[in-house]
Amino acid sequence: STSAAEAHSIALPAQAQVVICGGGIMGTSVAYHLSKMGWQDIVLLEQGRLAAGSTRFCAGILSTARHSSIEQKMADYSNKLYHQLEQETGIQTGYLRTGSISLAQTQDRLISLKRINSRLNVVGIPSEIISPKKVAELHPLLNVHDLVGAMHVPEDAVVSSADVALALASAASQNGVQIYDRTSVLHVLIKKGQVTGVETDKGQIECQYFVNCAGQWAYELGLSNEEPVSIPLHACEHFYLLTRPWDTPLQSNTPTIVDADGRIYIRNWQGGILSGGFEKNPKPIFTEGKNQLEIQNLREDWDHFEPLLSSLLRRMPGLETLEILKLVNCPETFTPDMKCIMGESPVVQGYFVLAGMNSAGLSLGGGAGKFLAEWMVYGYPSENVWELDLQRFGALQSSRTFLRHRVMEVMPLIYDLKVPRWDFQTGRQLRTSPLYDRLDAQGARWMEKHGFERPKYFVPPNKDLLALEQSKTFYKPDWFDIVESEVKCCKEAVCVIDMSSFTKFEITSTGDQALESLQYLFSNDLDVPVGHIVHTGMLNEYGGYENDCSIARLTKRSFFMISPTDQQVHCWAWLNKYLPKDSNLLLEDVTWKYTVQQSLEWRQFSRSCFGMGITSTVSEEKEIYSAWDMASPGGHLLVRSGLTAEETIEYILPANLPHYTSRALHASQSAATFSSALNLIGPRAVDVLSELSYAPMTPDHFPTLFCKEMSVGYANGIRVMSMTHTGEPGFMLYIPIEYALHVYNEVMSVGQKYGIRNAGYYALRSLRIEKFFAFWGQDLNTLTTPLECGGESRVKLEKGIDFIGRDALLQQKQNGVYKRLVMFILDDHDTDLDLWPWWGEPIYRNGKYAGKTTSSAYSYTLERHVCLGYVHNFSEDSGEEQVVTTDFVNRGEYEIDIAGHRFQAKAKLYPVTSFFSHKRRKDDVELSDFHGK
Amino acid sequence: ASTPQKFYLTPPQVNSILKANEYSFKVPEFDGKNVSSILGFDSNQLPANAPIEDRRSAATCLQTRGMLLGVFDGHAGCACSQAVSERLFYYIAVSLLPHETLLEIENAVESGRALLPILQWHKHPNDYFSKEASKLYFNSLRTYWQELIDLNTGESTDIDVKEALINAFKRLDNDISLEAQVGDPNSFLNYLVLRVAFSGATACVAHVDGVDLHVANTGDSRAMLGVQEEDGSWSAVTLSNDHNAQNERELERLKLEHPKNEAKSVVKQDRLLGLLMPFRAFGDVKFKWSIDLQKRVIESGPDQLNDNEYTKFIPPNYHTPPYLTAEPEVTYHRLRPQDKFLVLATDGLWETMHRQDVVRIVGEYLTGMHHQQPIAVGGYKVTLGQMHGLLTERRAKMSSVFEDQNAATHLIHHAVGNNEFGAVDHERLSKMLSLPEELARMYRGDITIIVVQFNSHVVGAYQNQEQ
Repeated sequence: STSAAEAHSIALPAQAQVVICGGGIMGTSVAYHLSKMGWQDIVLLEQGRLAAGSTRFCAGILSTARHSSIEQKMADYSNKLYHQLEQETGIQTGYLRTGSISLAQTQDRLISLKRINSRLNVVGIPSEIISPKKVAELHPLLNVHDLVGAMHVPEDAVVSSADVALALASAASQNGVQIYDRTSVLHVLIKKGQVTGVETDKGQIECQYFVNCAGQWAYELGLSNEEPVSIPLHACEHFYLLTRPWDTPLQSNTPTIVDADGRIYIRNWQGGILSGGFEKNPKPIFTEGKNQLEIQNLREDWDHFEPLLSSLLRRMPGLETLEILKLVNCPETFTPDMKCIMGESPVVQGYFVLAGMNSAGLSLGGGAGKFLAEWMVYGYPSENVWELDLQRFGALQSSRTFLRHRVMEVMPLIYDLKVPRWDFQTGRQLRTSPLYDRLDAQGARWMEKHGFERPKYFVPPNKDLLALEQSKTFYKPDWFDIVESEVKCCKEAVCVIDMSSFTKFEITSTGDQALESLQYLFSNDLDVPVGHIVHTGMLNEYGGYENDCSIARLTKRSFFMISPTDQQVHCWAWLNKYLPKDSNLLLEDVTWKYTVQQSLEWRQFSRSCFGMGITSTVSEEKEIYSAWDMASPGGHLLVRSGLTAEETIEYILPANLPHYTSRALHASQSAATFSSALNLIGPRAVDVLSELSYAPMTPDHFPTLFCKEMSVGYANGIRVMSMTHTGEPGFMLYIPIEYALHVYNEVMSVGQKYGIRNAGYYALRSLRIEKFFAFWGQDLNTLTTPLECGGESRVKLEKGIDFIGRDALLQQKQNGVYKRLVMFILDDHDTDLDLWPWWGEPIYRNGKYAGKTTSSAYSYTLERHVCLGYVHNFSEDSGEEQVVTTDFVNRGEYEIDIAGHRFQAKAKLYPVTSFFSHKRRKDDVELSDFHGK
Repeated sequence: ASTPQKFYLTPPQVNSILKANEYSFKVPEFDGKNVSSILGFDSNQLPANAPIEDRRSAATCLQTRGMLLGVFDGHAGCACSQAVSERLFYYIAVSLLPHETLLEIENAVESGRALLPILQWHKHPNDYFSKEASKLYFNSLRTYWQELIDLNTGESTDIDVKEALINAFKRLDNDISLEAQVGDPNSFLNYLVLRVAFSGATACVAHVDGVDLHVANTGDSRAMLGVQEEDGSWSAVTLSNDHNAQNERELERLKLEHPKNEAKSVVKQDRLLGLLMPFRAFGDVKFKWSIDLQKRVIESGPDQLNDNEYTKFIPPNYHTPPYLTAEPEVTYHRLRPQDKFLVLATDGLWETMHRQDVVRIVGEYLTGMHHQQPIAVGGYKVTLGQMHGLLTERRAKMSSVFEDQNAATHLIHHAVGNNEFGAVDHERLSKMLSLPEELARMYRGDITIIVVQFNSHVVGAYQNQEQ
């Protein structure tokens, strides 16, 4: 059937709109969907033959039973697409609706399946939890004696993945996509951060868009450009067994079996069995980037396969007499977080990626191709795909050693039990705060975000926690009491949390450019007096959150911006895209210590200034200087804010240096990097800080949401902000890295008498969720607008600037919102005995599905679990989304479904302020004002 | 009826004894690649004496390329072997340093700046360094490199590893001897340097740099290369000569170095002067110093030394000292892809096991099941059940191997527990390990083993480069 997807052997075209690299299921799916959406000028290049890579060796199981909602949606779409593909193209794809049965050998596994089952049901995918007896009825060969239950998904299918890829290619080809096989992409041509073409072994093609669907070679290909694109993925060998047919062949619709506890899958294959699995000790391969045209059938390794074979024979003892056909070894590609990679490169515009499928390429292929095509054509996929976005990674996850070690943990994880709050064990301690060792010695347990180690909680010296394996639970975790005491301390005394991982940018300009561009980029009004802090969303043109951050106005012309840790790459890319290309405007990332570079000029300059230091930061053609008196200890800042650039120059430059005045030269307060951040949370934070600074810290002198540079202990120039990320009173201290330890030590020693202690992110999480603080990446994403999540007060539609997303918000304000972020307080939930909520639990309103939770935590104040989640208003008849009004939310009776068990929940649209004693927060006032209207 | 068996150790107890001193080092890989010709090493020790008199050392040279590994077998106490294990690698590393680096280091010391690190040690927590003597040791070492700097004639000659090893051995032994003669105002240190000089130690040291393997041996420890033949079988290549009575050339050497009339007395009952088993060693000044010198040092030494009958005793027929030298015999071997590993071990191992068995056991351990013929189904009719049976059998065979995570531990298992059929006998193992200290010495010596594994890919790449 290869003739159907006609592969050109003639010369390549000189130009195209899109060049797709990779003729596997990903590349063909992207080509198929792009051409369906009306794009014409598409070229697909395959280095070997079409569908000859991992796609050819795929086991062909299409499973919609996935742990993440977005993957579930992609798999569901793929299933529907493949189902009709044969009819559409006339190419046989071997599609067969066999259904699948996921087995549970343990109660924990059954809970995990029940959670998936709840989520499948609400999106209309039929599935049910069944008894072992029913399993035996559905599959005659299975040994069910060790099972506690199973999940049956009757519409799951098997299909020949190579034929699916060929069918997609054939349809794409009919829609005008030009396909060339035996053509290798050498590298992508890039000019000024934009794709301009590709260099192949058969010549160049000019193009605007490049799509890297090169599978396990995507990493190598990404690095081959002059401007490397980091695509973190790595291959492992994957084994499955093929047998000859039974004497009386199995019925072709025998369901596929997934025995995750036994680490194997089994499907019916040409009258015999196909069975493979994900072993505990994977064999990583191609670390050094050895390339080969088509994946040869690698060596069979029976000894390696032995545990899986044992598991198979235990599950199907009748197989003993079945004859072996062969053991297939085909590499599969894995990513550092077991989620696939899609989206646009943060460094090269027009460079798109779809790869790293973690062995689910066939299941995800259709949906992933569709989302990527939408992304390219419309600028956004129709679903929130942040968790799959290439920009969740930075170049820091690109070391070969890191990838090799991490994928050895990821591959077994595919069949490991997925429990809440899982932390990867490999590839850790990559980025650490300067306080890491100090905190570690005090019992910190760590989690990792974007390569950064963050403390979860602090284990007191006399307390023992469970070993890693035993601590896995869906119920109340062993750290419950520890976090409780940290939360209590935040409420009653003061805690210190190391928040150094947060992404921090500074935006500075010579004139009003910084303010003007930020007013355009952010929805809130940033034209506030110097020293004020503004919470604001960074919205896209649909009004959705690209980022949610806090911005402090440092001077008239410079702003300090704090965003979530994983925004480092995404936010930088977004700002770079939308900030005007103006040499008088400087954006710098002050999260990393090496962002401030001292150039050669610096030295010459400072010498000629006689003891005056000028630090400069160079970013492309932009340069920024700040003047420091090097003669005074600590380099006292000479230039205060409020001076114009000209005044600054006059002030700091001797007259004999006129040629420097022609440069864009201006003062900035931030010559040091604020790479360390401490959060002081609690009512006594004020006392600690005032004692350390000898400065009055009362609300009159230091109102909430205010930013000041002051001294703390011996350290001068600490940026103090009267805000926390939890809604508790307190301060953020942004500290130059060299002072971090000093400030921490001072805070801890002075704090003794106020009962200070360390706290971690779990305490922070509990505090922020009970206060209904939504977090970007969890509760907020590119498809949610401020109006949908109670962020009205952070939008100033009438600030006089047509900021990005304003039109959409105006329209939404007029038409009403179609979903609403609501806080749920679980009523009849027993914290000790019931399953804990996590995220992704279905929300029922008056007995009908209304949405899903996005995050949850136990509130030690309310002594209840709190979930955040979106409530929709699906029409009774058509299922279409309708407007969600405050009234609609308030009039509902709600239940949250945790693994099939529904718990009653009270819905709140605004934080439960009456429970909390501290009302001095500006935000709360704003919100209650709004509530009163 | 109680049987003596009830005093035997249980398997977990046996394991904990055997694992107490085990150490593994894996050469770290960078960006997925390990460019060193050494993959890593395993080492372990099993004491017979209390405290154990063997020592081991491993370190990476930081200012030159290469890695140093050594085993040291002490006698008449552990003072000498301890000192040699701490100091010898510094002497070797310094001997290998180019003139400029020596100058740089000397300047740093002179001006009180931070020193370039010379060695990165790979140590088991039980392998300690004596804090008290570090200053003394450092000063002796410094004098050595100052002399090396002064000796430099200006012509930059390539440093010969063989010569460097010989110089380092001889120099350290000389320093040990001198320190004891000069003494130290601090009485603790004074006693320490005397104990070091009056006890003795043999040394077997390997220096691996790329495909260049040098072994310097003084005494009766041994370096054995494990070579895998094309058919997968193992053969042993000895890279050192034992310096004892079994070595004809050593007997010859001793006879030549002393007058004819001592020919009968210099080696008696296979021992040097009828006393010492190894014919070369560090320390042991009783076999090196003149009688006058010995008496003088002992008389002026601390009382503890005077009370010690052993130190006061002068060997019989002691006419023409020195009878003993620390000068090593250095062999060179160019690594080939088939050279898979190197075993360095003290005589405790070689007394109990034949070298062929040692190499075979380590070889089979390291290659594990991968070098069993891999199973391929090919065109044969094999059922899943048959395959499963075959695989479980292979696994069972191997599982005994993989109980030990450390090749040196695995070897000790065999050395102590092997029965007449060459299989590890648990009962025998626990019997041997249950022996009280005073009896253990009768049955076996201290055993110290380092197994260095080579990276055949890197070794092969070197070879291809040359062609």
